[in-house]
Amino acid sequence: MAELRALVGVKRVIDYAVKIRVKPDKTGVVTDGVKHSMNPFCEIAVEEAVRLKEKKLVKEVIAVSCGPKQCQETIRTALAMGADRGIHVEVPESEAEQLGPLQVSRVLAALAQKEKAGLVLLGKQAIDDDCNQTGQMTAAMLDWPQGTFASKLSLEGDKLTVEREIDGGLETIRLKLPAVVTADLRLNEPRYATLPNIMKAKKKKIEVVKPGDLGVDTSSRISVLSVEDPPQRTAGLKVETSEDLVARLKEAGHV
Amino acid sequence: MKMANPLRGEVLTLYKNLLYVGREYPKGADYFKRRLKAAFLKNKDVKDPEKIRELIARGEFVIKELEALYFLRKYRAMKQRYHLEDDKTK
Repeated sequence: MAELRALVGVKRVIDYAVKIRVKPDKTGVVTDGVKHSMNPFCEIAVEEAVRLKEKKLVKEVIAVSCGPKQCQETIRTALAMGADRGIHVEVPESEAEQLGPLQVSRVLAALAQKEKAGLVLLGKQAIDDDCNQTGQMTAAMLDWPQGTFASKLSLEGDKLTVEREIDGGLETIRLKLPAVVTADLRLNEPRYATLPNIMKAKKKKIEVVKPGDLGVDTSSRISVLSVEDPPQRTAGLKVETSEDLVARLKEAGHV
Repeated sequence: MKMANPLRGEVLTLYKNLLYVGREYPKGADYFKRRLKAAFLKNKDVKDPEKIRELIARGEFVIKELEALYFLRKYRAMKQRYHLEDDKTK
């Protein structure tokens, strides 16, 4: 009955618990020998797609990742969570730095059309570059409606109701499929990819394609000038009396 | 020669699964591994199948608890980083 195919984007990022170090030459952050995992918001998107499949509203869930070979581990995690098959859009490590939201959205749009997907589910943003643009750009490339920052999603026929997290409240919108949805933190609680499921996922197929095969040019016109640490928080100080406090505040120009 | 315990496979699978989950343990995989090994060795002489099953169930419960712990840890970190306006009072 359900003919809908969902395409889920998953990004491999430095693990959220890792302390990020900036390279001494300020060209980027240290990634060698650093633990990587799936972007937490992508996990939420995968979970939502898998839940839709379990409710029999979606026929097939395809997990896609762009980047170097190691991205296949991230796809594998998505497969362990319940995605049916994976597509790895291989970009060599040397060129992976050029991949920004624009390039990835072009890839996703091309794949959505190639695979005849009716729903593209993405995380609202990645915790590495914090761009929050890929979903919006993908919707624009496809000229599909978009439901960003979704905290609730329900599907009825070809109508999609999305509750969105906006400043100071929630907004409910209705979209017509095909559509692009980006997941916010409260959409669901992603399941853990257990070892037995990772093993089973090894039997699932991951197709490897090149951006060129999809007719996508991944060159970037953005060049990173400098990457720097955020300013260090300076130490506080203790005052003995309220007079002292007032004097200090005056000194610092706060009163 | 001694017959292998029929539950041996299940115990080994549990150990492997716990090792896998332990890789993400906040105090480090090595710390977890040492404790895990000690916990299994402590019960190595248990022969009663009933009792072994009980211990396996406990191990599976620990896996569930760890998964919940990791989920909460990640959720809190994300909330702190991306939903600051929600809890200014903190």
